[in-house]
Amino acid sequence: MQMQTDFLEEARRQAEICNACRYCEGYCSVFPALHAERAFSDGDLTQLANLCHNCRGCYYACQYTAPHEFDLNLPQALANVRQDSWEELAFPRAAGKAFQKNGVLIAIAAVIGFALLFWAARALSSAGGEGFYAVLSHNAMVAIFLPAFLFPLFSIAVSLRRYWRHIGAGPFRPAHLFEAFRQAANMKDLKGGHGDGCNFEDEDRFTHARRAVHQAIMYGFLLCFASTSVATVMHYVFDMPAPYGLLSLPKLLGVSGGLLLVVGCIEMIRLKLRSDRSLGATAAFGGEVAFVGLLGFVGFSGLALYALGQTTVMPTLLAIHLGAVLAFFLLTPFTKMAHGFYRLTALTAEAGRKG
Amino acid sequence: MTSPDIAIIGGGNAALCAAITAAEAGARVLILETAPKSYRGGNSRHTRNFRCMHHGPLGPLVDSYTEEEYLADLMKVTGGKTDEGLARLAIRTSEECLPWMEEHGVRFQPSLSGTLSLARTNAFFLGGGKSLVNAYYRTAEKLGVQVEYEAAVTHLELDEDRVTRIDYTQNGQTHTIAPKSVVVASGGFQADTDWLARAWGPAAKNFLIRGTPYNRGVVLADLLDQGIEQVGDPTQCHAVAIDGRAPKFDGGIVTRLDCVPFSIVVNKDAQRFYDEGEDVWPKRYAIWGRLVAAQPDQVGYVIIDAKSLELFMPSVFPPIKADTLEELADKMGLPADALVQTVSEFNDACGDTSNFHPTELDGVTTTGLTPAKTNWARPITEPPFYGYSLRTGVTFTYLGLKVDEHAQCSIGNRPVTNLWAAGETMAGSILGQGYLAGFGMTIGTVFGRIAGKEAAAHANAN
Repeated sequence: MQMQTDFLEEARRQAEICNACRYCEGYCSVFPALHAERAFSDGDLTQLANLCHNCRGCYYACQYTAPHEFDLNLPQALANVRQDSWEELAFPRAAGKAFQKNGVLIAIAAVIGFALLFWAARALSSAGGEGFYAVLSHNAMVAIFLPAFLFPLFSIAVSLRRYWRHIGAGPFRPAHLFEAFRQAANMKDLKGGHGDGCNFEDEDRFTHARRAVHQAIMYGFLLCFASTSVATVMHYVFDMPAPYGLLSLPKLLGVSGGLLLVVGCIEMIRLKLRSDRSLGATAAFGGEVAFVGLLGFVGFSGLALYALGQTTVMPTLLAIHLGAVLAFFLLTPFTKMAHGFYRLTALTAEAGRKG
Repeated sequence: MTSPDIAIIGGGNAALCAAITAAEAGARVLILETAPKSYRGGNSRHTRNFRCMHHGPLGPLVDSYTEEEYLADLMKVTGGKTDEGLARLAIRTSEECLPWMEEHGVRFQPSLSGTLSLARTNAFFLGGGKSLVNAYYRTAEKLGVQVEYEAAVTHLELDEDRVTRIDYTQNGQTHTIAPKSVVVASGGFQADTDWLARAWGPAAKNFLIRGTPYNRGVVLADLLDQGIEQVGDPTQCHAVAIDGRAPKFDGGIVTRLDCVPFSIVVNKDAQRFYDEGEDVWPKRYAIWGRLVAAQPDQVGYVIIDAKSLELFMPSVFPPIKADTLEELADKMGLPADALVQTVSEFNDACGDTSNFHPTELDGVTTTGLTPAKTNWARPITEPPFYGYSLRTGVTFTYLGLKVDEHAQCSIGNRPVTNLWAAGETMAGSILGQGYLAGFGMTIGTVFGRIAGKEAAAHANAN
């Protein structure tokens, strides 16, 4: 793989200054890992970059930020390496290059998703199913979504394997993965070490805003995913096909997850717009916002479909919702969505390093 | 502008502790910080910990650290040059300061890697001194303290025993205010290299200043010229040996070099001049500031070989590297023949190195060499060879304003009724010489709070 040397060189320069200072040791997982090295290989820097959650505590605490001649901006330096690593490690690589930084392409992909589903609804219209299946048969849905679900998983598995080799991580241990899940579950690295949260939307003020919003999105997404999984089991194992009532498990999970997702995504975009973009990968800002928008739209269209499922707009809403879901799934390895997988892998490797 | 109750000159730790304390007592407070916002905080930006007395575990601190032990540590570094009353006041009050600091936004972290020896005595700020400064500015602004940046105080007008007026400039405009109380917390004069050269001698022009370029001593000079009582040796500064490639100002912690004990150090003529292995580095780095200052051009050169490269903390600039000593001499601008000879004489004087131990005094010494190297003396033989240049880095100056236990300044043996001082600008009262890690922040916090309280009481009563 061929990561951009200017990003790596700049991250290396800054990491060497940080290693001679060490004041930020308690903020997050990056610094203990950084202070354990004397020299930084490309793999080391990629691992540090993926441990960084861009909480910005170190930037605002740093006595060497511009206009100081050392010109430190570690959150940005690591964001650039991180972003570049996601593009370079993507499988296929060209898709990572195309979508990670490009919000317009993400939007186009979503529209193509809508169109595809409209076409499918018309061309493969179902023979006498009930509810949504009257618009698109269950088998047609499976035919579209099973590959759209399995391909991203395969793609990400390839990328993570590449990542693990690139950073020179030791043998994989389930206990380390468990530790990584534990840290991710409460977003330890967005708590700032002292538990006051991170610096994001208001310079050096510590708040839990970004962590709370991130949790809403993450758990909202997981609830929606759980809803679909439960419904799949009900369909195949218990022979209980949709539609389901409000007090059914799929609906309870889906509606609460959808609400969390929508609120979380709107707030995340608001926070991002208020933040200082020069402390992140500036080139990827549009791609990130578009991805959050797409994710929020998946939640919103799902809720709309639930609310208006008995009306005449249902077939249209179904095509739009499923189109958004399709685009979201297929783009998972090539958008900000990939970050969760890389973070978990980085935290797993770091747990392994600490032994 | 309507004059505030209290004007605080300076924008570092002591100034902020004074401002917060005074604002909490109900006074209208104005901070006049000469630096722009991005450089606010004086030398506090570069600090990392707070030395704190405690009985039993406190915050990040383990065990206990008694008043007597703390005072003994201070006596050792100052050689007894301290005002014991003020020193005990600072030490005793430090214990209540730590929770106060936490209440006002400061966050601590466990002792940093490489500083475990301080885990009992020094509480480390999470993120370092600039994060402390940021937290205090947030707290002060919430309390209604007004902060003016790039506000350079030029003069305090004295009428007998009272400050009647402060002149300052900002954006090219001159302003005058008449606050009821004034706190001076604007540091020493080390960034004024002309003053440093007058005090120390012309060699000081080659010194590097480790901290803020804004501590130029303008207010200190203005007050001393008008007869305010002074304290501390006017010719002395605290100086350490740092990487010679450090910036002229503001290089801070990352420019330190810990490799001297594992090296030989030569001057520009490639001659050794002092025992590099006299003691562990934390006890010797300040001496080396003076040793280097006494060499021609105020520069030294550290020479090590491959086997010693990883025995010390990495520093900000990579070492100069060469496969032969001649090449290294060439790259560092040293006379090659002389360096080769110096190294070979040193190598010949080395003996049995089997007891070499990098973290304790190992007694691995040279024989028949002057000056001797009395610990960690291993021959320099294993290429590649590495070199660093060393220069004198000034931390702070000792000359300051004399204060009493109320942090109040005086003139002609009577107090100035509305003038207090805190922080580096009065630390010479307690630190007559030497330095004790983390004690500057203790002095700043303790006397900043006292000054703020006294200034507010005076303003509220008038």
